[in-house]
Amino acid sequence: MKSAVIVFPGSNREHDMLYALEQVTGHTPIAVWHQETSLPDVDLIVLPGGFSFGDYLRTGAIAGLSPIMKAVTEKADMGVRVLGVCNGFQILTETGLLPGILLRNAHLKFVCKEVKLEVASNVTDFTKVYDKGQVIRCPVAHHDGNYFADDATLAELEDNNRIAFRYTPDTNPNGSIRNIAGILNERGNVLGMMPHPENLIEPAQGGTDGRGIFASLLEALS
Amino acid sequence: MIRNDIDITPELIADHGLKPDEYQRILDLIGREPNFTELGIFSAMWNEHCSYKSSKRWLRTLPTEGPRVIVGPGENAGVVDIGDGDVVVFKMESHNHPSFISPYEGAATGVGGILRDVFTMGARPVAALNALRFGSPKNARTRHIVSGVVEGVGGYGNCFGVPTIGGEVNFDARYNDNCLVNAFAAGIAKADGIFLSEAKGVGLPIVYLGSKTGRDGIHGSTMASGEFDDDSEEKRPTVQIGDPFAEKLLLEASLELMASGAVIAIQDMGAAGLTCSAVEMGAKGNLGVKLDLDKVPCREEGMTAYEMMLSESQERMLMVLDPSKEEEAAAIFRKWDLDFAIVGYTTDDLRFKVMRHGELMADLPIKELGDEAPEYDRPWVPTPTPATIDPKDIAAPADLGETLVQILALPDMCSRRWVWEQYDNLVQGNTLAGPGGDAAVIRVGATSKGLAFGVDVTPRYCDADPVEGGKQAVAECWRNITAVGAEPLAATDNLNFGNPEKPEIMGQLVGAIQGIGEACIALDMPIVSGNVSLYNETNGQAILPTPAIGGVGLLPDVFKRVGKSFTAVGETIILVGDRVGHLGQSIYQRDILGAVAGAPPKVDLAVERRNGDFVRDAIRSGKVSAVHDISDGGLLVAVAEMAIGSDNASIGATLTKNVDLPQHAWAFGEDQACYVLTLPADTTDAFLAEATSAGIPANVIGSTGGSELTVEGSAPISLTRLNDVHEGWLPNYMAAPDTH
Repeated sequence: MKSAVIVFPGSNREHDMLYALEQVTGHTPIAVWHQETSLPDVDLIVLPGGFSFGDYLRTGAIAGLSPIMKAVTEKADMGVRVLGVCNGFQILTETGLLPGILLRNAHLKFVCKEVKLEVASNVTDFTKVYDKGQVIRCPVAHHDGNYFADDATLAELEDNNRIAFRYTPDTNPNGSIRNIAGILNERGNVLGMMPHPENLIEPAQGGTDGRGIFASLLEALS
Repeated sequence: MIRNDIDITPELIADHGLKPDEYQRILDLIGREPNFTELGIFSAMWNEHCSYKSSKRWLRTLPTEGPRVIVGPGENAGVVDIGDGDVVVFKMESHNHPSFISPYEGAATGVGGILRDVFTMGARPVAALNALRFGSPKNARTRHIVSGVVEGVGGYGNCFGVPTIGGEVNFDARYNDNCLVNAFAAGIAKADGIFLSEAKGVGLPIVYLGSKTGRDGIHGSTMASGEFDDDSEEKRPTVQIGDPFAEKLLLEASLELMASGAVIAIQDMGAAGLTCSAVEMGAKGNLGVKLDLDKVPCREEGMTAYEMMLSESQERMLMVLDPSKEEEAAAIFRKWDLDFAIVGYTTDDLRFKVMRHGELMADLPIKELGDEAPEYDRPWVPTPTPATIDPKDIAAPADLGETLVQILALPDMCSRRWVWEQYDNLVQGNTLAGPGGDAAVIRVGATSKGLAFGVDVTPRYCDADPVEGGKQAVAECWRNITAVGAEPLAATDNLNFGNPEKPEIMGQLVGAIQGIGEACIALDMPIVSGNVSLYNETNGQAILPTPAIGGVGLLPDVFKRVGKSFTAVGETIILVGDRVGHLGQSIYQRDILGAVAGAPPKVDLAVERRNGDFVRDAIRSGKVSAVHDISDGGLLVAVAEMAIGSDNASIGATLTKNVDLPQHAWAFGEDQACYVLTLPADTTDAFLAEATSAGIPANVIGSTGGSELTVEGSAPISLTRLNDVHEGWLPNYMAAPDTH
């Protein structure tokens, strides 16, 4: 499984993601600078966490206009898997690859803690090794992770199994509507999620619950 | 615009924080009256913050060398060998005055400054900690300052991408008008990839890197070298504005630049900005520096030489460039959208010359500006040694359990979760033990090695007895690092005191440094970097003497470590160390009885070391499952924290008092060199035998299990209740409507 991680000015979890991909898939991912206009031939493109462009204007807004995003969109349209984590999720909503928006956390503060995620759909390439309804541990670290979309969009997401992860109701860390933590695009090849599975992939990190996402992709794409 | 040739009046001199005798020294040095820009440069270099003129004499007495020390004090940060060609680079620095005036920006730029100190040395920052001290919770401004400082620390570190993994938070009325924000950062580098600030070579280009220069922070370090009064709000323009995004770019660009071989010397622009960085690089290398300010990238038009030399705009660096690498170096900075400008050259005339619009605006002897700043042997009086109070003379509580509940909910004792959940403590994926434990632990890259960090001081002990308090600060830091299984390697000190011109305050500083020095020698923990913050006074009221110690320890194998939480039921709880039930200056005495009296607990450094080495060996050989030291609040608080601190499920405990002490002294006495640890019941006898043969006092005090904390002879207390009060105070306080 070949993968690429896009690096924007201000990305700060790209090393975490590169490390996790390498550990779980056994393949060394390629880091791609945001000024590039084309992507290597890969099975997975990852937009990592961080504060691209300092979160100025709006989270993900300026990164969405980076030259590489045209190539990412083209690949996504061709069916290549795209994973956006945290700031990556924000960039995906800004570019329109995913619906809805990430608002400021309801309590208006940055939050870094472990939450519990319910695997709401396991019929995706990103979650297939999990059981449906399985509850996994996963850390979050963000200031703007409060997912919001209009009722029609939410209905669309729910009716089509496009909600991949929900926070358990007692651990929703940001006020996200319907406890949404991660969603898919219509075709199912683009996942955006606020939590950081890349920070919980080995016993030294306190657990391995986050491995499943990378293991699922490995299974789907090998 | 103020002209450069205005009259240098006594008022102007005083406004620059220079005393008449210091001004006379300037006249003697340069043989003429300085012009306005030159006066500003002297003021920036000779203020307390930059020159350490009151403390230098005493700082020299600290131990700064050791087999692992590669770079000691005097550079941007200390460098310590951690084996396999790797080094840890770390320092702690205060940003107290700016944080009181403007909490968010002051704290944010404090974090930014210390991160820059670390990556200027060639290290990628891997951990941040902080020591925060606020006024009484009852004080009208406290909530505002807590909220701004915590948000500022998080705002900067989170965006920059360094995990903030630990620290201290205290409240005391003595910090009402002078909060303390001490920021610690550590980075990892290769031993052969360390960069220093000493310029080398004549006629080499001096390059300005990073963000543009604006008018913010002018006189920042001079402001930080004076006391506050009722008008301190008016000093807001001296506070810098931080941009963590720019700093993140500067980090990546600097590390790329260093890898390219283009850097001969590098220095960050912190306090006193362009002035201090240029003078330090030249003076250290025995070279002159000539700057052309017309080349300096500016944010605004029409800045004068005076303003540019004193600006403390953030996220800037100065370096001496290998001229053959100029194009390569400039390309790196273009990639990261940062300024790169040749603004001057090194010279052989030992002068510091500054040009603006073709005119010579300053021409000063460079060595004297830096090395020959005034140094004082200020008069001091030792703090009178208080008498030790017998625990029998300190009143017992009506109900032991209810008192424990009260203590766990105190502002100084409650959980700091509300604070640390606003810090990204996981970024970089190497956090093995985040905030809330005795020491925080990170993994060194993808190796099995770990680094442990702690920041400690007990200001009320230092107030009662600076020498013992100074010792205790080092000992507690050493103990906390030991309690996770790490070997303490070295430390950084951040000495926060009041006005050193008062002999009593100077006596606190001298005493604390003496105590720190003794402890560092006895515990083999040299001081490799540090910072002094004086004049922490408002309207003549000084802060508690607060010499914060930041320590670093090494774990050869990250899997051979423990946390403080109980891990299993039915285990034996053992206390290592001698109990005397010391209650003078304790939390129990201060917050339950409302009295502050007597000597602080005595630190026996030989016992400290003996007990600690034994506990560390026990951890590394896998014999114990959890360890927590006794500190604020005493034994019962330590056990309660072990019980309710469990991540998954709380595990209770039953304890028996088996020493001849009053029960409250046994429960709440803050004895030093003591550890509580747990181990499987069937290994108890072997462990005790081993302790006996090693001459270590170790006794069984109870066992784990149940959902309550029970002291034999007292009513059980539910862990749920302890947890609720412990977790409740800070969020409730911060959420309460401001009644003022």
